[in-house]
Amino acid sequence: MSIDSEEFWGALKERGYDFFAGVPDSTFGAAYKSMLDDPDIRFVPAVREDVALGVASAAYFSGRKGGVIMQNSGIGNIINPLTSFSLIYKVPVLLVVGWRGYGGPPNDAPEHWVMGTKSTDMFGLIDIPCEVVEPDDLEGPLDRLISKIDNQQVPGALMVRAGVLK
Amino acid sequence: MIERYIAIQKILDYVGDQDLVISTTGMISRELFTIQDRPGNLYMIGSMGLASSLGLGVCLMNPEARVFVIEGDGSALMSLGTLPLIATEAPSNLTHVILDNEAYESTGSQPTISSNVSLAAIGAAAGYRNVASVENAEGLDGALRDASAMDGPWLIVVKASIVHREGIPRVSHAPEEIRDRFKSQALGHAGGGG
Repeated sequence: MSIDSEEFWGALKERGYDFFAGVPDSTFGAAYKSMLDDPDIRFVPAVREDVALGVASAAYFSGRKGGVIMQNSGIGNIINPLTSFSLIYKVPVLLVVGWRGYGGPPNDAPEHWVMGTKSTDMFGLIDIPCEVVEPDDLEGPLDRLISKIDNQQVPGALMVRAGVLK
Repeated sequence: MIERYIAIQKILDYVGDQDLVISTTGMISRELFTIQDRPGNLYMIGSMGLASSLGLGVCLMNPEARVFVIEGDGSALMSLGTLPLIATEAPSNLTHVILDNEAYESTGSQPTISSNVSLAAIGAAAGYRNVASVENAEGLDGALRDASAMDGPWLIVVKASIVHREGIPRVSHAPEEIRDRFKSQALGHAGGGG
């Protein structure tokens, strides 16, 4: 069982997220292409995750909602702007994070093992709320996360494991 | 060369009331704040290197607004990949100014590598629609006048001198206040960009 690409982006669009910047990850598979093909989504192919955060954060200042697409290996690149921009100015943004190396070895490749086991801890350490999409539950985690993002005016991370999107 | 404080004053001569300005961390934001504190200024007090990418997003969200990004050579070098991204997205409403004093002046004037590197040539190679490299006040005036008249994205690299000025305060507004003022100003341009 997995979530259909159109259903995934449809759920985000219904909640106002139509401006994204980011870096691809194989976790998103065909869903990445369906986002690029979606005429209702504006996507900026950022060169790095921190750059994506800068671009996507601009949506807030226009009363819109922005998101960053990224792989969890990019968490290292995004910590500085999260801590010294997003969290002090309180600029909300949705982080859609492909979760490589989930559970650590032997899952996935060695370069993903460390971050694969520490991703949610990394976000937790700086009080970024996290929710995990399940193959049979997208809207529950998504709505819980968006409610925290909106109420606390902080970024929030939607974690997507391999195989969850089709 | 032109003193950075004077260069920022000159840039402000070309910034209209409704224009949006995003300035980098450190002395550039502090001097901008000192010269003319305005709601359309977003002083990025941290996150070195992020001003250009936020500025790009602001351009795309507000295609009717004129947007200025003011940063230093250190922050431009830190986010060099943002230059070709800006050139690729090609917002016509962006004027991106790099005040190049070949130093991390805010942390004690340690040298950057920009004495050996032409940021203007990098901007041109990245694909900015217009690039100007200026070394004095007249040159900066000319480039800003051209940028007012012709579509961007513009990259203006200003060779700046290091002059320590006394009495430049930190930005006194709380980050959330800076955010809210800038948001109100940006919403004035709300026309559904992106």
